[in-house]
Amino acid sequence: MLQLTDVNVHYGGIHAVKGVTMHVSPGSIVTLIGANGAGKSTILRAVSGLVRQCTGSIAFLGRPILGLRPHDIVKRGLTMSPEGRRIFPNLTVKENLALGSYSRTDRAGVADDEERVFRLFPRLKERISQPGGTLSGGEQQMLAVARALMSRPKLLMLDEPSLGLAPVLTQEIFEIITTIRNEGTTILLIEQNAFGALSIADYGYVLENGRIALEGPGKELLGSQAVQGAYLGARVGVV
Amino acid sequence: MTWAVFAQNIVNGISLGSLYALVAIGYTMVYGILRLINFAHSDVFMLGAYMLFYIDFMFRLPWWLTFVLAAVLTGVLGITIERVAYRPLRQAPRISSLISAIGISFFIQNLGLVVFGGRPKPFPVPQFFSQSYMVGSVYMANISWVVPVFSGLLMLGLTMLVYRTKVGLAMRAISHDMDTSSLMSVNVDGIIAITFGVGSALAAAGGIMWALKYPQINPLMGTVPGIKAFIAAVLGGIGSIPGAMIGGMLLGMLEIMLVALMPTLSGFRDAFAYLVLIVILLARPTGLLGREFREKV
Ligand SMILES: Nc1ncnc2c1ncn2[C@@H]1O[C@H](COP(=O)(O)OP(=O)(O)OP(=O)(O)O)[C@@H](O)[C@H]1O
Ligand SMILES: [Mg+2]
Repeated sequence: MLQLTDVNVHYGGIHAVKGVTMHVSPGSIVTLIGANGAGKSTILRAVSGLVRQCTGSIAFLGRPILGLRPHDIVKRGLTMSPEGRRIFPNLTVKENLALGSYSRTDRAGVADDEERVFRLFPRLKERISQPGGTLSGGEQQMLAVARALMSRPKLLMLDEPSLGLAPVLTQEIFEIITTIRNEGTTILLIEQNAFGALSIADYGYVLENGRIALEGPGKELLGSQAVQGAYLGARVGVV
Repeated sequence: MTWAVFAQNIVNGISLGSLYALVAIGYTMVYGILRLINFAHSDVFMLGAYMLFYIDFMFRLPWWLTFVLAAVLTGVLGITIERVAYRPLRQAPRISSLISAIGISFFIQNLGLVVFGGRPKPFPVPQFFSQSYMVGSVYMANISWVVPVFSGLLMLGLTMLVYRTKVGLAMRAISHDMDTSSLMSVNVDGIIAITFGVGSALAAAGGIMWALKYPQINPLMGTVPGIKAFIAAVLGGIGSIPGAMIGGMLLGMLEIMLVALMPTLSGFRDAFAYLVLIVILLARPTGLLGREFREKV
């Protein structure tokens, strides 16, 4: 569904992503984990069309998307919920969601999806006319995911949806992500919480200094020595 | 001052203020989205008046149609300015756009001097506007109520556009966060173009009404009203559309009242506007309605 081949990204002099090849197959949850600064967000930003200095090839549904502008990529069914939520604090919850469905013209479908996100995140419904900036951190995160869903993406990319959430809420977010996938949306998930992400993922990639260091089915990575050592807190030579 | 004269001054203040407000909106919208002071805006104001002058001269269409054409064409011009002078610099440091804005402003003024000539041209004022009546004990020309009423309608329309439509929602979104807006499938360049188009059309309307009030136009006519409108935008809180409207009305009213109450100071009416600017910048740099939005991280 999404295929990255030998993708490189430069920020000025910094070579942030080095020859990354990745694949996301339809109906799966794929996760990308790695330390701070490994280049995870950069990869998603490249796929979304937000970074300019990107080489290699990125194809979505068999068609190249590298070089397209971000809004055209969204229209093809590939939506990202960016790192740090980035909701619009001055706009209401309803307006934030309306931006999610900005380019859609199927009113009935949009109404259905609004129902759907309120079913997934009942708390947002209670706060529908509140400015986004007045929501709690957890509610803002839910709004960010809900807003991305409003575009009815075929592939949803989430950049650290559990960032700053309490354990209970983190658990809830992972469950919701699984539900979203089960309802037919493919997911590419970036996480610091490697355990949570690998537990729900069909396939995982481990990124180190801009390179894919390791890849495999989620359960396998969860059991691997290297991943346990570096990301799951087992105290063996943590860098 | 008699009540009649006082009332006359109020009307004048509203009239002048609504023109400042119309032009201030353009400054504030562009600033709100690009954090750029569009110095060329005062020249767009001037171009609006010339646009009407030449369309009228060449085609002799009904006046309202001439007006609409002039406003629309000036809007297109505003979009062109953004396209050639600002869009290529979108990723560059902000100071580059600012310098480009100053450059384009000088360019338009000097091109105006060459193309239109430096000699002021008599602006065609339909008889309707200059017709006046005795109201109580003062004379009132139609133009005195047409300007505020029409400006008010335009501002109402703009408010509806910004707060009630999808395009307006996108404008408010990109003024806060362009990248994230583009992830919401908003065509950021397109919305910026619309913003320049709308702001420039409003400036054209302002320039044309200004010319109806002072029917001599010249290529530098935009400078002073442009600066005043900019001050009005800062006064109201730059970036805020209601702020620009209130700032414009307030500045126009203050200026007229200064002249009315202290006629000996009337020569300082322009200096007075700068004084207002300095006072705001010192006392409340965010203006009356401007505010910083706290973000949760
Ligand atoms: N706009 C930028 N300009 C210059 N360097 C950047 C920019 N954005 C990211 N980088 C650099 O690129 C590298 C990868 O950053 P990236 O944000 O992709 O990491 P990440 O894996 O998402 O980290 P985290 O887990 O902390 O979010 C880092 O070294 C970072 O400093
Ligand atoms: Mg990141």
